[in-house]
Amino acid sequence: MSFETALDPLSTSGSRPAGNRAWRRFRRHKLAVFGVVAIVVLLLACAFGPLVTPFDPLRIDLRHRFAGPSFGGNLFGTDQLGRDLLVRLMMAGRISLTIGLCAMVVSTAFGTLVGIMAGYYGGWTRVLLMRFVDAMLSFPQIFLLLVLAAFIQPSIVTITLLIAATTWMEVARVVEGQIRSLRERDFVLAAQAFGAPGRYVMMRELLPNAAGPIIVAATLAIARAILMEAYVSFLGYGVQAPTASWGNMLNDAQQYLGSAPWLAIFPGLAITLAVASFNFAGDGLRDALDARGDLH
Amino acid sequence: MKTMDMPSQPANDHVELPLVPALAVENLSVTFQGETGSVDAVRDVSFTLYQGETLALVGESGSGKSVTSLAALRLLPPGSKARIEGRARLFGPQGPRDLLALSNEEMRHIRGDEIAMIFQEPMTSLNPVLTAGFQISETLMVHRGLSRHEADAEAVRLLDKVRIPDARSRMNQYPHDFSGGMRQRVMIAMALACRPKVLIADEPTTALDVTIQAQILELIRSLQEEDGMSVLFITHDMGVVAEIADRTVVMYKGAVVETGATVDLFAGARQPYTQALLSAVPKLGSMRGRARPMRFPVVDRTTGEADTPVEVPETVIASEQPLLQVSGLTKRFDIKRGLFSPLKGRVHAVENVSFDVNAGETLTLVGESGCGKSTTGRTVLRLIEPTAGSIQFGGADFLALKAERLREHRNRMQIIFQDPFASLNPRMTVGDAIAAPLRVNKLATASQARERVADLLRRVGLDPAVAGRYPHEFSGGQRQRICIARALVLQPKLIVADEAVSALDVSVKAQVINLMLDLQAEMGLAYLFISHDMAAVERVSHRVAVMYLGEIVEIGPRQAIFENPQHPYTKRLLAAVPVADPLRRGQKGPVVADEIRSPIRSPDYVPPERRYRTVSQGHRVMEWGDEW
Amino acid sequence: MANFLFSRLLQSAALLFLVSLIGFGIVHLAPGGPLAQFALTPGISQADLARMAHEMGLDRALPIQYWEWLTRILTGDWGRSYRDGRSVLDVIFGRLPATLELILTGSFIAIIIGVWIGVMGAVKRYSIFDMLATVGAMVALSVPTFWFGLIVIYVFSVNLGWLPAGNRMTAGAGGGFLDFLHHLIAPALVLAFVEVAIWSRYMRSSMLDVISQDYIRTARAKGVSERSILWRHAMRNAMLPMIALAGVELPALLSGALVTETVFTWPGMGRLLLDSLGYRDYPVVMGILMISAILALLGNLLADIAAAVVDPRIRLT
Repeated sequence: MSFETALDPLSTSGSRPAGNRAWRRFRRHKLAVFGVVAIVVLLLACAFGPLVTPFDPLRIDLRHRFAGPSFGGNLFGTDQLGRDLLVRLMMAGRISLTIGLCAMVVSTAFGTLVGIMAGYYGGWTRVLLMRFVDAMLSFPQIFLLLVLAAFIQPSIVTITLLIAATTWMEVARVVEGQIRSLRERDFVLAAQAFGAPGRYVMMRELLPNAAGPIIVAATLAIARAILMEAYVSFLGYGVQAPTASWGNMLNDAQQYLGSAPWLAIFPGLAITLAVASFNFAGDGLRDALDARGDLH
Repeated sequence: MKTMDMPSQPANDHVELPLVPALAVENLSVTFQGETGSVDAVRDVSFTLYQGETLALVGESGSGKSVTSLAALRLLPPGSKARIEGRARLFGPQGPRDLLALSNEEMRHIRGDEIAMIFQEPMTSLNPVLTAGFQISETLMVHRGLSRHEADAEAVRLLDKVRIPDARSRMNQYPHDFSGGMRQRVMIAMALACRPKVLIADEPTTALDVTIQAQILELIRSLQEEDGMSVLFITHDMGVVAEIADRTVVMYKGAVVETGATVDLFAGARQPYTQALLSAVPKLGSMRGRARPMRFPVVDRTTGEADTPVEVPETVIASEQPLLQVSGLTKRFDIKRGLFSPLKGRVHAVENVSFDVNAGETLTLVGESGCGKSTTGRTVLRLIEPTAGSIQFGGADFLALKAERLREHRNRMQIIFQDPFASLNPRMTVGDAIAAPLRVNKLATASQARERVADLLRRVGLDPAVAGRYPHEFSGGQRQRICIARALVLQPKLIVADEAVSALDVSVKAQVINLMLDLQAEMGLAYLFISHDMAAVERVSHRVAVMYLGEIVEIGPRQAIFENPQHPYTKRLLAAVPVADPLRRGQKGPVVADEIRSPIRSPDYVPPERRYRTVSQGHRVMEWGDEW
Repeated sequence: MANFLFSRLLQSAALLFLVSLIGFGIVHLAPGGPLAQFALTPGISQADLARMAHEMGLDRALPIQYWEWLTRILTGDWGRSYRDGRSVLDVIFGRLPATLELILTGSFIAIIIGVWIGVMGAVKRYSIFDMLATVGAMVALSVPTFWFGLIVIYVFSVNLGWLPAGNRMTAGAGGGFLDFLHHLIAPALVLAFVEVAIWSRYMRSSMLDVISQDYIRTARAKGVSERSILWRHAMRNAMLPMIALAGVELPALLSGALVTETVFTWPGMGRLLLDSLGYRDYPVVMGILMISAILALLGNLLADIAAAVVDPRIRLT
């Protein structure tokens, strides 16, 4: 035909769109790589750590109460009942991380659903759904979570669901914004012009293009959920003893702050490390997927 | 020298003046350090801008024309990792100074004082939270040390000078209170505040409507004459070049291809690339005496050889029953601030519009922004539901169809959009995108669909092997071909081409138009072509409808509209189009200083009863009142 | 302006309605509904409970119950505390000033520092300062406030003895401005810690957005000095989204205040909520929830009006 028809030489023929570039950008984001490595290490440590250490997380040894951290014996010291703090931290991490991940799954799924419906249908659907989101966001998250947790018998499952119930709104907002802007794009109009039904448009045309922001929001939602679990458990309405979580370990530690500060320091560090790692990873993903949106 | 009332003057007589250089760019190279390596945006570019002349820097996207000027003024974005080599010498009383070697502070004193610049986007180039007056005064306060009071007085004078009515009261208004054309005037006032020796205008009219463009070009020309400045005019539009430039520098892929007097260049370019570029430029009036559309000549970019374009064969099937019959189509949008606020007004986007399209025919809706042409196109497809009116398509009442039957009928009507980057799903291979209409409507098995895709890719001039690739791997023109293939897969009878070639570079635009004409001949397609580009419209249309503020003011055979325009608006529109022929510069009528009015009306507005007068067969014009 | 205010107020009213629905829903979510606390009273019979339910209107249709609940809320009859029988609004308003004091001080500190860090980070993008600020902000957003508070107490109160470990003033000393300030420093700083991170991140992003705009290039092309570009041309534009941020941060601030108040035994509304939860004092709990949501709506409304006044693009005709 003419000179423009020949394709320019392409380096990444048949690749997922921008997939390689995204991965390259992510790798360059040092903090994000640190975050991912830290997440993997934390997950592995919590999953297998208790199996390989010589200490039993449940064995009470009153002779070794409040032993300070030492390289020879208990690396992170022992608590008021003489239990090894490191093993307790790993056991608690299982709970805290599981709650974080599960709450993320629930809140992301629900938030995405609400966001997609509001963004796609627009009109009154959007008004009702998004105003409901606004109304939910008017309540301070911790207030809402505490009140609900106080009303409902706390268990790991209910705490997970409650955290999801109070954190899905951010995802909904991000998704709604994305879908609403995508919906105006010509390729969506083109799909409507060739008779694509609503479900096709949502699943094939809109959702894949909103995947970046959703992944970012999900990653940040884990961070937020871990933090929320820590808050309610610290305040006594979350995971209940004898099950340990990072939050309720800090609750116990509060009264020994003067005499055994390591009881407070290490769980706090664990929470910070876990939350920061997910935040770093989310930030890196945002840069890599070029998904600009809300900040935290 | 360049006034419009001296039509016969040769455009290149400035050459006889003593040539005093004002700005000399010498061996300029700009290399950007990118993620994947370095990109040579500008390679060894040299040219000289002489005092009092207008030099056009012309090229398609990616030619490096804007980067050249920004690099010379050291205005590339601060974060961009660019390596700049060469010199940009500014000549002045104290001898030439190399702009690239000055300190930041010295450079700052030159910018806005000795060299000023105006940009493409008047909408974003003014600070939204500062008044227009302050933004002009500021230049004077910075470079002339005037007090705010003195500067404001001068700013009022400048606003007058750029012909902004009621200058004193507009001083205190913010940019959003001005229309696009008015904002560009404010930009020009700002640029001229310190009477710079050199004005760099970077695509200053590209974002404007054609009648407004004519006003701004005229303004720049007359101001240049008053102040004797040199103008470096950067553009992609050969028509504008022919209108305004004494000499022209043609750039391609970061390098200068050809430099010469504009008249000589248009009369006979030496380089094949320039020849190819010029041959692809539609020249308004070049279709005089022809009834049917015509292909663009295709020039080989390396050898410069051209084929002879032919008029396309007759494709129109005129019958009792036109393919598409639109009558009384109306679309109004309510304007409300919030959910509970009262109705503030209505956009009368489409107002009582009627037209027919025959099978195999191209009807063009032409007009400027806000005229409702795109809304009409989308309403015809029922992508937007009309407020009133009727649409008969293929003999059926299109508006009465329920979902299932609508889908069936709509498949006979498809659409191509303006922006080829937005009209393909970035997460879907082009093969899937083209096959999607078949899959969604369950019209073919997977292997049949694959065959259809391969066949269509071949038809639109692409290799069938690219079906597995994603849109980001294609250029703009290739994507538009893919969009055409997708529109064709359901074998439509009518394609709505909504500014389908407007975003493409000239040479690509010519190719896509040629493709569309070929497809029309092969498949008997009818097009509802929507465009603001009069020159392209002249090339492709059988019939033309001119729209203004939601209404058709004139409709008829292309020849009648272009050769015997009746309505004042049609005449104004035609007069405003820059003609890509420097010898015909200044042969058109005077530029009217009107602004395009807004189709937003108060809620109680009742559109007046319109009457049409028949000029000749099929050529009808709306009767107008004294507002014209 | 009147039009804008009117439609904006209507919008707030609609939100308030949704907020009330959520609040009402939560009341009925409590185990056993609003009767729960009586059910635990020793010696109460099933018949007594049924009689009380009838008296409280709990046997009527939900919409009617909602309507009655709403009228009570709107007329200021928010019920009485189970703990001491005082009016709920009195109890809450008694504690609110302490919380507002903490929030306002914390925000003030956070906005000043955060905006400064954000602007500097954007101007010197990718500098050492910017990278440290970015990492610092991310870490600050990840630290649990209560833990940070505990560490502050451990270091500055337990070890160094510089600051009091809690309360609003020294018991029995009667207060005095300096004593009061002395007590305020630690909790306000702890609350500000996270907020600094948020403000600096938003400010940086907003500023980066603004300095890449065409009109900044225009200002440069005019020869305006870099300082003037930053403060006159960029800052005004970059601050506009910050007004909206100030409007939506209130719920987060209240959340932060609750935790801070708990750690520092600060007698504010957050502590009141926790205490009331402990006593199952539902009227007070619900009151606090509703009051905080109303405050958030109010904050939003004020921010919108402020933005409309400051931004010439939002027409107020």
